[in-house]
Amino acid sequence: MRSIILETATRFLMPMVLLFSVFLLLRGHNLPGGGFVGGLMAASAFTLYTFAFSPREARRLLRLDPRTLIGFGLLLALAAGSIPLALGEPFLTGQWQTFTLPQWGSVKLGTPMLFDAGIYLLVMGAALTMVLTMAERE
Amino acid sequence: MLLALSLIFAATLAAPLLGRLRPALAGWIGALLPLGLTGYFLGQLGLVSGGQTSVESYSWVAALGVNLSFYLDGLSLLFALLICGVGAVIMIYSGAYLGQDPRLGRFFAYLFAFMGAMLGLVLAGNLITLFGFWELTGITSFFLIGFDDRRESSRSAALQALLVTGLGGLAMLAGFLLLGHAAGSFELTALLTAGDGVRGHPLYLPILLLVLAGAFTKSAQFPFHFWLPAAMAAPTPVSAYLHSVTMVKAGVYLLFRLSPVLGGTAAWHGLLELAGGTTMLLGAWLAFLQTDLKRMLAYSTVSSLGTLVFLIGLDLPFAIEAALVYLLAHALYKGSLFLVAGALDHATGSRDVTVLGGLFRRMPLLGAAAVLAAISMAGAPPLLGFIAKEYFYQVVLTAPRAALLSSATALLTSLLIVATAAVVAWRPFFGRPAATLEEPHGVPLGLWLGPVLLAVSGLLFALVPGLVDLPLLVPAAGAALGAPVRFALHLWHGFSPVLLLSAVTLAGGGLLAWRHDPWRRLVKRRAGVGAWGPARGYELALAGMLALAGWQTRLLQNGRLRIYLLTVVGATTALVGFTLASRSGIRLAPGYTQILPHDLVVATLVLAAAWVALSSGSRLLAIVAMGVVGYGVALIFVQFGAPDLAMTQFIIETMTVVLFVLVFHRLPLFSLLRGRQRRPLDAMVALGAGAVMTLLTLVVLTERQGSRLTGFFAEQSLPAAHGRNLVNVILVDFRAMDTLGEITVLALAGAGVLALLRLGRAERRKK
Repeated sequence: MRSIILETATRFLMPMVLLFSVFLLLRGHNLPGGGFVGGLMAASAFTLYTFAFSPREARRLLRLDPRTLIGFGLLLALAAGSIPLALGEPFLTGQWQTFTLPQWGSVKLGTPMLFDAGIYLLVMGAALTMVLTMAERE
Repeated sequence: MLLALSLIFAATLAAPLLGRLRPALAGWIGALLPLGLTGYFLGQLGLVSGGQTSVESYSWVAALGVNLSFYLDGLSLLFALLICGVGAVIMIYSGAYLGQDPRLGRFFAYLFAFMGAMLGLVLAGNLITLFGFWELTGITSFFLIGFDDRRESSRSAALQALLVTGLGGLAMLAGFLLLGHAAGSFELTALLTAGDGVRGHPLYLPILLLVLAGAFTKSAQFPFHFWLPAAMAAPTPVSAYLHSVTMVKAGVYLLFRLSPVLGGTAAWHGLLELAGGTTMLLGAWLAFLQTDLKRMLAYSTVSSLGTLVFLIGLDLPFAIEAALVYLLAHALYKGSLFLVAGALDHATGSRDVTVLGGLFRRMPLLGAAAVLAAISMAGAPPLLGFIAKEYFYQVVLTAPRAALLSSATALLTSLLIVATAAVVAWRPFFGRPAATLEEPHGVPLGLWLGPVLLAVSGLLFALVPGLVDLPLLVPAAGAALGAPVRFALHLWHGFSPVLLLSAVTLAGGGLLAWRHDPWRRLVKRRAGVGAWGPARGYELALAGMLALAGWQTRLLQNGRLRIYLLTVVGATTALVGFTLASRSGIRLAPGYTQILPHDLVVATLVLAAAWVALSSGSRLLAIVAMGVVGYGVALIFVQFGAPDLAMTQFIIETMTVVLFVLVFHRLPLFSLLRGRQRRPLDAMVALGAGAVMTLLTLVVLTERQGSRLTGFFAEQSLPAAHGRNLVNVILVDFRAMDTLGEITVLALAGAGVLALLRLGRAERRKK
């Protein structure tokens, strides 16, 4: 069953939801948000797409297998935790660096943000793995 | 030392590539690294024989006193040289032995990984580091024993070795933890001087028993000896390397290493003498009864390990010296003989001494190596084995306790070992071949070079003992005794009772060997050897464990979702309720009176939705109603200032409804699955769960007043973690380790859903 209204709405909504999910991820350290809810939000965007079109279309749009996202997310989180090891500090100790960009102001970047990005990818991958496998009928 | 280990583990990663690109040269190239490391360790000889030690330490879990530290003294050096030197020989041999096998790369990867683990074990300077490498040798040996993974017998042998040594290893870990507690440190440097304190500690006996459990299982002492002959399912280079020269000696190494700490008490001497003595006699007896070359050698190795443990346990300083000489001699001759057995197997397809015969003319170099090694094994001059045997006899004759019993056991063991050695070397090369023996094909350089090198070293070290005694064995003995000693080896001791005993042994053993077949048949007829014993106990225990696991799985995982839910919810409720009541006592802060109108609205919404979910006759309606309950809870979060939680809750609820709808058509028809009479029980569990959760929430509200945690997080969030959002800072910084665990679980859950659904689909398609 196809619904023109849902399809059209999805075309408009989906980029916004995805953008919002990244926004949630980036602001998470200081304001409500974070990798977990961001990842779920991203997954829900693709879920919407799955319903409007089909699981196959959703997979095509995603390009990557959601399992790859899981693995990559876990690796990213582990890598973020291992960076301090190379600097002689215990595993998962947060490392921060402030960058000053011209015309912009200073930006703080740290390994916890990388860790959060790993969570984002993993949560998105795990949720999509479940949704897509269940949505694909034999 | 860390560099040496890193190089080996890097070689593990590179080995598959080597196997693919240059399979013909893999052995020779693979040998370069252990050869180089042998050179490096030889370079340390001067330092170590001067009585110095070299220590390297990297902080690991500093708070628990666990460091990645390495410690090189005479004892570690002796073992490290054996591991690298013999390792190089094994690499060359393996390349030729496996030949065109496509799994060559994988084999070398396992072999390098094992070598790294074993080297790490003997170089470890911290008990926990040692334990880590100890377990790693067990795991890598599992892969090596089970290398021929298409054969059921290899797989079960691998599992058996893993289980027996793994269980011992766990006991040893417990012993190490107690030992670290008693001595106040896990560092070897501190432990070695804390011997008196440990021996006087009330926990001494538990420590000793636990550590010995680890050492005895690894070194195949009675009654754990049975895994070693079974492990002969491994390819022969593995048997030569792991099961005669290195891994099985790990237990012996541990005993040497800890003898200044744990040794010297009556319990130590008694246990080691008893286990070692029993094992050496039993192993020799069983070795004599075999006809398969590898099994003969395996049982004789069991016997030798028993001898080593026995010697370490004797209450004499020069028993340790004897043990070290014996160790070196044994590594050389047994490694050589195993490699000979493998080459014979390779060339003729048989390892049975009743089949093999007359092969000396076809493979003279291999035969010469076998004869030399067998002479050493029999303890005849002029090989290193002779010096070891003389030492051994001298020690047992002067044993402080039960000298007569010790000497008799030693004599019997030696008789049987001499006989085994004679059979092993004589029958394949000079005996009469059976008619079924196939025409052998040639033995390539890689296959005979190793055994010849090892056997000749045994001769060389005996003729020029100065090569090994002062530079190598004396510092090793000093380390094992905890005090410097001085001794020198001599091939000729003059006429003495010991020499007479040796002569008797050789003559008697020769006689036994000459009548090998009739003797064996006589014993086989009289007693069903192998029908009983510890191996049977292992099988029974394994079967029992599997039966128990099956029973409890059928009980708990019965496939009914509602029973799972009932169990999970019921158990959680009961445990939380019990803990609440017993631990904190239930104290509620008074005054929950500020109920605002919109609270009431939300509460009514949630309750109404819950009622709809309960009473609805349509599944879709029930699912949506559950979603409304969730949204209501999220509204409460919004109201009480937890936007993070609310946001997550909204999305989770949405996704849950989506998932429910997706599995909707797969579920059986919506109906009352359990009879009406069961409903009161369900209601009780549900109400109980609700009540306990409510109570928990209220108690938490009260208890929070006394907690300093919130204050700490609020204060430290910005300065220490550079973030203002407390919830997120806790997730990704303060409690990042927990989060890492949680997302790992989530990843597994995703994989689990995938596996379950895909698997079910594939099976249905098959039908």
